Amino acid sequence: MEAMPTGTPFGTVDAGRKPPLLHVEGATLQYRTHRHLVTATYRVGFDVFAADRFILLGPSGCGKSTLLKAIAGFVKPVEGGIFLHGRPVDRPGPDRMMVFQEFDQLLPWKTVRDNVAFPMLSSRKFGRREAHERAKRYIDLVNLGKFAASYPHQLSGGMKQRVAIARAMAMEPDILLMDEPFASLDALTRRKMQDELLAIWRQVRCTIVFVTHSIEEAILLGSRILVLSPHPGRVRALWETGRDRGGEASSEEFRALHDAIEEILFGESLMQEGAGI
Amino acid sequence: MGYDVDGIAAAPQPEEWKVVQRPLPLAVRLAANGALRRALILLALAGLWQGYAAWADNPLMFPSFVETVQALWADAVSGVLIAKTGNSLRVLCLGYGIAVGLAALMAGLAMTARLGDDLLSTLTAMLNPLPAIALLPLALLWFGLGTPSILFVMVHAVLWPLALNAHAGFSGVSDILRMAGRNAGLKGLPYIVHILIPAAFPAILTGLKVGWAFAWRTLIAAELVFGVSSRSGGLGWYIFENKNRLETASVFAGLSTVILIGLLVDALLFRTIERHTVRKWGMLR
Repeated sequence: MEAMPTGTPFGTVDAGRKPPLLHVEGATLQYRTHRHLVTATYRVGFDVFAADRFILLGPSGCGKSTLLKAIAGFVKPVEGGIFLHGRPVDRPGPDRMMVFQEFDQLLPWKTVRDNVAFPMLSSRKFGRREAHERAKRYIDLVNLGKFAASYPHQLSGGMKQRVAIARAMAMEPDILLMDEPFASLDALTRRKMQDELLAIWRQVRCTIVFVTHSIEEAILLGSRILVLSPHPGRVRALWETGRDRGGEASSEEFRALHDAIEEILFGESLMQEGAGI
Repeated sequence: MGYDVDGIAAAPQPEEWKVVQRPLPLAVRLAANGALRRALILLALAGLWQGYAAWADNPLMFPSFVETVQALWADAVSGVLIAKTGNSLRVLCLGYGIAVGLAALMAGLAMTARLGDDLLSTLTAMLNPLPAIALLPLALLWFGLGTPSILFVMVHAVLWPLALNAHAGFSGVSDILRMAGRNAGLKGLPYIVHILIPAAFPAILTGLKVGWAFAWRTLIAAELVFGVSSRSGGLGWYIFENKNRLETASVFAGLSTVILIGLLVDALLFRTIERHTVRKWGMLR
């Protein structure tokens, strides 16, 4: 394996950091389709630190979603391990709340308020009163105060994703796992949601692992970006952009970073074609 | 109207719009009322019935609408019809309850183990096409004349369609909802109660409705065969008895009661459940 490039013109690797919140070591992930056994990622490793906005970026087939599901505890690595606070992850749990891309992740039989309160109650992390108070606070945080008593089918796609984000954040998980949460939204709503997510992050400073295939979204949202190559997913590069660049999508620096990442992904695909795959 | 004399269109003034919101004519509003339309159809059918009966003039074979209503009223007031209906409903609830319990058990088994899944699929595929009433002779052989035999065929009538629907509902619950539930820390029974059952509820409710219709039909049919010996028979027996006595109007009254109860349970019970659950949740239009 080639060495992993970690330094970037825009960020520095802070070697003397505290121990990581999430440690992924040489994780090989496989899943079964009807006919094949597919290797989604091959010996992928990285660390996520507290208050990181950690992006898993790559084209389809790079195993980024499977990786996120493995962190969530839905998929077990066949090789290597995933450690949260130094303890191996072996099952799904409310300490890692997941936000999915699909709109049907909300429970259709519960109102917005009850959807947000639901994990807090079912995990017994919070008492009934506290859960409802927190639900209200986080629903207000995502600007859905007026819709607290609505059912999911009465909301638009963007509103449903906001509820899912509120539901996950209200749990105060160790890590918030987001699997392309804005990919099914229209471009305008997506832009708005990205800004809102950053605004919320500035308030609560939670740790986020965010999966996307959009370089732009990665640069816009991420403080650290892990670039993965496809078939099977392997680490290509780790970019420490470090800063909060909400609303800066047109700056010089942004373009340069965009081109550099594109070069890595694009160069890779050329190499593969050259290899006759 | 909205134009100036020299032909240049002027923006219509509010008072010239004529209509912003105006109630539609009464006839149009009444025509839009589905219940009213259906009531009119029923009235027309009753009129046709009465007319044909008067023309045929053969009360033994085809009593008129009025005679049927009279017989229904008389037997209702005397308590005969009410008692027989009560008997039928009691057996119905018992059989339905047993079948729902068994179906839940079977669907649960099918959810937990693949072997259970295969077993349920095979059993439902095999036994669902078998008309429950065809099992009555066997039931009589095993359980003799009496309620247990009726319960046996009724459970058979309800169990398979209900288990089939419930199982289809459970298997149809999306992976995302399952993951959301497990992510929230649910497993085992709470996971089934809080995620799987509500998510599968549209299919379960359909199963309950189909099961109810099968149960009611099977019960009446079984009572027809059966009533011959049991003293406190139900509605089916009431129909059979009155046919033997050539009280044809009462036969019609019995049939009407069967229809009425079927409609009432569907309209009052199931539609109410539907309105407060799957329709409110947007899982059914």
